[in-house]
Amino acid sequence: MRVLVVEDDERTAGYMVKGLTESGHVVDRAADGHQGLFLATENDYDAIVLDRMLPKLDGLSLLQALRASKVATPVLILSALAQVDDRVEGLRAGGDDYLTKPFAFSELLARLEVLVRRSNAPAVETKLTVGDLEMDLLARRVTRAGEVIELQPREFRLLEYLMRHPGQTVTRTMLLEAVWDYHFDPQTNVIDVHISRLRQKIDKGFDKPLLHTVRGAGYALRADP
Amino acid sequence: MRFVPTPRFSRSAAFRFALVYALLFSLSVVLLFGGFYWSTAALIERQVADTVAAELRSLADRYRDEGIGGLHLAVQQRSAPSADPENVYLLTDRHLRPITGNLRSWPDGVVPDGSWWQLHLYRRAQEEGPILVGARAFQLSDGSRLLVGRDMQARRQFQNQLLQNLVVSLILTLAIGVVGGILLSRRLLRRVDDVTETSRRIMDGDLTQRVPKGRSNDEFDRLAESLNRMLDRIEALMSGMRLVTDSLAHDLRSPLTRLKGRVELTLLGPEDLEAYRQTLEQALGEIDIIQTTFNDLLAIAEAESGASRTRLEPLALDEIVADVAELYGPVLEDAGMQLVVSPLEPVTILGHRQLLAQALANVLDNAVNYAGEGGRVDVCLKRLGEQAELSVRDYGPGVPEEAREKVLERFVRLDAARSQPGSGLGLSLVAAVARLHNAGLELEGAEPGLRLRWRFRVSAGPVAPERQELEFSGGGPTSQMAGMPNTGSGT
Repeated sequence: MRVLVVEDDERTAGYMVKGLTESGHVVDRAADGHQGLFLATENDYDAIVLDRMLPKLDGLSLLQALRASKVATPVLILSALAQVDDRVEGLRAGGDDYLTKPFAFSELLARLEVLVRRSNAPAVETKLTVGDLEMDLLARRVTRAGEVIELQPREFRLLEYLMRHPGQTVTRTMLLEAVWDYHFDPQTNVIDVHISRLRQKIDKGFDKPLLHTVRGAGYALRADP
Repeated sequence: MRFVPTPRFSRSAAFRFALVYALLFSLSVVLLFGGFYWSTAALIERQVADTVAAELRSLADRYRDEGIGGLHLAVQQRSAPSADPENVYLLTDRHLRPITGNLRSWPDGVVPDGSWWQLHLYRRAQEEGPILVGARAFQLSDGSRLLVGRDMQARRQFQNQLLQNLVVSLILTLAIGVVGGILLSRRLLRRVDDVTETSRRIMDGDLTQRVPKGRSNDEFDRLAESLNRMLDRIEALMSGMRLVTDSLAHDLRSPLTRLKGRVELTLLGPEDLEAYRQTLEQALGEIDIIQTTFNDLLAIAEAESGASRTRLEPLALDEIVADVAELYGPVLEDAGMQLVVSPLEPVTILGHRQLLAQALANVLDNAVNYAGEGGRVDVCLKRLGEQAELSVRDYGPGVPEEAREKVLERFVRLDAARSQPGSGLGLSLVAAVARLHNAGLELEGAEPGLRLRWRFRVSAGPVAPERQELEFSGGGPTSQMAGMPNTGSGT
C-alpha cells in the first residue's frame, strides 16, 4: 500500500519510513503541515500517518482541511497527548485511529493494515467466513465445519473483530479498544486470557488451528498456517 | 501579625464609606427638618390668619352697631400700649391719613379687599426696624380704611429655634456618622485586609497560609471559607505536581539506569550477535516498564488535575463494574481464584468511564498479584439512598491497619510485595480517581483479606447511551463470572 507519513521529527520519521518500506509498502514523507496537506491532496494514498504537533500547520487543522476538501483517505493520528479527551478530539477532527507515542512499530503496522482493509471492506456483511469457521451476524451463530460453537456475548464480539480482519495481525490494545472500548494498559495480560478461552472453543478438537499468536505483536485469525 | 500598612486613611475605602454615609445621614436630617418646618410654618400662619379674620369680624360688628365712632374707640383701646403688643391696627380716612392705631402709615400697595398679606411694617411707637406682620385690610362704607394684623414674631422665633436645632443635629449626625462609619467600616475592612495580608504572604511563597475565619458565618466568613478551600485545592494541585515530578524522577531513574548500564556493558563486551539480541530484548522490556509507569503517572495526574471533572458524564456504574468484572473474571480463574459478583444494583453517577474502569482494573490486578492462589474476590455494588457503595474484597493477606493510609500514596509497596511486578502506582490511581469523583475511599481489614470501599454520590441525570451490544449482566443470585463452571480453581 501507499502511505504518507507526516512527521517532523527526523529520526521518528526515518524509523517509520524504514519499517514500512521493509514491510513492502511505498512511503512518502512530509516534514511539516503544509507539505503534508499538499501531498495528501495531490496524491492518492491508502493511508496517512499524521503527527499531531507539526510546524506550519498542526495535525488537527491539516486533518480538518483534508476532510473539508473531501479527501477520505484513512488517517492514523500519532500523538504525545495521551489523555482520553485528546483522543476524542483527534477522532472527532476526522481521524480514523489514534496512537500514542511512544509506540511499537508492530502496533503501528497492524493498525495501518486494519485501517486500509476496513476502508475497502463492503459496508454491510451478514456472514463472515475464515476457512471452515463461519459467523452468521444476523442469527448471531458461529459454526466450524458445520458444528455449532456456543460463545459468550463478549467472545462473540472478539471473534467477530478477528473475523472482520482475517489474516491481519491485531494487537492486544487494538482488541481491548475495539471489543471493550478501554484505552488503558492493564497490568495483567487480560486479552491473552480471553484469547486462550476463545481458542479453546474454536480450535480445540480441530486439526488446523485458526487463531495464531504473532510473536511480539498480537494475534491473527487465518486459515493457512 | 495584623498590622497592614494602609497608604493613607483618606484614600481608604473605609474613609469613603464613612463619608458617604455621613453625608447621606446629614441630607436626610436636613430633609426631615425642612419638611417639618414647612408644614409647621404653614400651620402657624393659618392660625394667625384665622385670628386676624375673627378680629376683623368683631370690629366690623362694632362699626355696624356703633358707627365710625365706636370703631374708632375700639381700635384706640386695642392698640393702646397696655394692650397686646402682638396686634397691629390702623384706621385711616379716605385719604389714607392715619386716624388711630399703632402703625405709622398705610403700607404701600395694600389693597383693602380682605385678602391675606404679609408685610414688613413700622410701628408707630417704636424706633425699631420693620416687623413682619400678617394682615387683612378693608374699606369701610364711608371710604375710610381699616387694617388689622398680627405680629408673626412667633413664627420667626420658631424658625430660629428650628434652625438652631437643625445645626446641632447636623453636627451630631455628622460626628456620629463619620465616627461610627469609620469604626464600622474599619472593622469590616480589617477583614478584607486579612485576606490581602494572607494572599501577600502566599505570594511570598508560604502556601500553608489561610485566611482567618470568624464564627458568625457572615459574608466574610463565607468568603474566607471559599478562599481557603480554593487554597487547599491549589496546594493539593501543587503538591500533586511536585509529586508527579518527584515520582517521575524516582521511578524512571532506576529502570533508566538499568537500561543504560545493560547497553553500555554489552557494547563493552565481545561482538556477539546473540548477546546483542538478548540485550536489545531486555532493553525493550525495560522500556515497557518505563512506559507503563509513565502512563500510570499521567493517568493519576489527569485524575488529580480535576480538569477531567468538567468531562464527567452520567454513567451506569453497574455496567462499568459488570464490564470490568467480565474482563477480569477469566484472569482470576486462570490464577486459581474466583471472582464473585453479587447482584449489581443499577446506579447512575457522574463519572469518567475510562478512569473508573482503569481504577477498578487496578484493584483486580492487585488482587491477582497479592491475594494469591485459591483466593476469591467479592465485588458488590449497593445503593444506599443518595449514595452508591462499591466494594471489592479479597481474601489475601490484607494490609496492616497502620499501613492502609500509606498504600494509597504513590510508589508505596509493602515489603512483602517488592518481589511482585508492578509500579506501585495502582492504588494511588484508585485514590486519585476516587477524589476526582468526590467519592469516599476506605480500606478496611476483612479478616481475612482487605476490603476497598468507594462511596459515590448518585446522580439523577440520564445515562448517556452506552454500547448495548453486551448483554452481560450481574443478575441472578451471586452469579459466577463469565459463565465458567464454579470449579474454584482454574488451570
